[in-house]
Amino acid sequence: MRKLRVVIAKPGLDGHDRGAKVIARALRDAGMEVIYTGLRQTPEQIASAALQEDADVIGLSILSGAHNHIAPRLMALLKEKGLDDVLVVIGGIIPDVDIPKLKAIGIKAIFLPGTPMQEIVEFINANARARV
Amino acid sequence: MTSRMKTATERADRFTTISGRPIERLYTAADTAGIDYARDINDPGVFPYTRGIHASGYRGKTWTMRQFAGFGTPEDTNARYKALLRAGSTGLSVAFDLPTLMGRDPDHALSLGETGKCGVNVTSLADMETLFDGIRLGDVTTSMTINSPAAMIFAMYLVVAEKQGADWQTLSGTIQNDILKEFIAQKEYIFPPRPSMRIITDIFAFCSTHVPRWNTISVSGYHIREAGSTALQELAFTLRDGLEYVQWGVDAGLDVDDFVPRMSFFFNAHSDFFEEIAKYRAARRIWAHAMRERFGAKDERSWKLRFHSQTAGVSLTAQQPYNNVVRTALQALSAVLGGTNSLHTNSLDEALALPTAEAATLALRTQQIIAHESGVASTADPLGGSYFVESLTKDMEDGALKYFDAIDRMGGMVDAIEQGFPQREIAEASYRFQQAVERKEKIIVGVNDFIQADASPIEILYIDESAADIQLAKLDALKKTRNADQVSRSLDALRRAARTAENLMPRILDAVRVYATVGEMCDALRDVWGEYEEVPII
Repeated sequence: MRKLRVVIAKPGLDGHDRGAKVIARALRDAGMEVIYTGLRQTPEQIASAALQEDADVIGLSILSGAHNHIAPRLMALLKEKGLDDVLVVIGGIIPDVDIPKLKAIGIKAIFLPGTPMQEIVEFINANARARV
Repeated sequence: MTSRMKTATERADRFTTISGRPIERLYTAADTAGIDYARDINDPGVFPYTRGIHASGYRGKTWTMRQFAGFGTPEDTNARYKALLRAGSTGLSVAFDLPTLMGRDPDHALSLGETGKCGVNVTSLADMETLFDGIRLGDVTTSMTINSPAAMIFAMYLVVAEKQGADWQTLSGTIQNDILKEFIAQKEYIFPPRPSMRIITDIFAFCSTHVPRWNTISVSGYHIREAGSTALQELAFTLRDGLEYVQWGVDAGLDVDDFVPRMSFFFNAHSDFFEEIAKYRAARRIWAHAMRERFGAKDERSWKLRFHSQTAGVSLTAQQPYNNVVRTALQALSAVLGGTNSLHTNSLDEALALPTAEAATLALRTQQIIAHESGVASTADPLGGSYFVESLTKDMEDGALKYFDAIDRMGGMVDAIEQGFPQREIAEASYRFQQAVERKEKIIVGVNDFIQADASPIEILYIDESAADIQLAKLDALKKTRNADQVSRSLDALRRAARTAENLMPRILDAVRVYATVGEMCDALRDVWGEYEEVPII
């Protein structure tokens, strides 16, 4: 079975990447193929990267409060590109009141501060499928 | 040690600071035997300033209680500043939103969803005027956390001050303006390293004549630490950044004593109580020696390291948020025992959102209780002479000097950054720390131990899109009322100046005065210098 392919992305203007990089490394150590997009990605760039990299999973790192703008745009683009079976998860700072809306558009998990790396690894292994 | 102590069982195989430095069971005079009081420690206010830069400690005045604040529109933040001043804070500190920090206007594609969320949006001089409406800049000191567009934001502040009738010669405050730590840790860079350094030395030169009481830079370790470095790395990279700025200033033709007295520093106040105190004391000693011996500075103001500190945001938890009040209090106490000159205490809701007014007030009260109820401010450097603290201070100094050597051999800090050195150190340290937490080698109360299902969630500050709508409308109106021709010519002049060695500040002031926006001024410089893209190091 081929390795799961995960795109870890930093959308929007925020440059705080400690979490994204630690998770990227943890997923790599857990045997996944990880592509880190780097900073200041637009939803368009992330969707493109997911397509080009045959991503099974997209992990968004959002601490800036821009999730209500970024997430719906990304999900719409993924649908357009025929990528709506990609597992999309978010890590970062998301107010409780916004979580239901994000789940409703297809974000499968939201990992808040304090989530162990192992929990994220297990969730991805349990919920992602190698798409190709 | 008695044989009974040697065989007593302990709770762990080894005890270390949060940064991994081993700690002995006991420290005695044997550990400080090589330390000479007059040479290595000395009294506060006397070289090498280990015990502080003021002879009177906090008896003359306490540290400045300077709470970082900003959100939404300039009107929103103006109200918060007035509330903080009424509650007793003794200095202002501006948090800008991501569009402002990244030199983008609210109508830029990348600004969507971001305006006003992480700080206050300031797009033009008009916003700066609103931000300080009813606050006399000649009567307060303001610190502005701004880096890539620091020159533009500083110019806006100067023009507001001028319009209020304040004298630039006595105007006092700080701009963070520390681009090196952006490349290393916070990543809010725009332009490549060398042109970015040029803007900074232009500001040093401009202020030495025109705004001589302004702190032109706040060389920062806070962000380096938040990104995951150890305390030693924070100390070493921050001070080595400082040395880099001094070298570039000297290379730009400035006399050391003309600009170094107005350099300031910004450290984290993290969780390991004694390690932090040692870090601050070592920082003062290292800087004093480096200025006097490496750079030949003669003015004692160049030897005295002045610093602001902020309690560690990254240590605060989303789980059981009231625990954060305790963490912040202990961290603040360590900063005070380390002689901080200015302090920000985080709010209990740090891991969840920007602070509510109540949480921000409690954070300020934490400092006031330390200052007025605990007694620790009654004498200077109360832990001086402690076997443990003096050993730890010496160790931190030794460790930092080793890092200086390594970075010097790489060609300096700009070169080290281009080689990815500090970034790699931080990536390693942050991963090691997370692994230690997950193995429960490091306990975080409420997160990996002493867990409980949270009671009712606390109320948080929620920032919606209305701030963005307001700022967009203002921008629209501004573009209709200002003189487009003057703006365009001012931006051309700025681009021309960027291509020569001319000091950029007068050109930036000209553009600010005709209401050019942050985005427009930064775009003018993007046209000349391009944008920097890092090679990520995981």
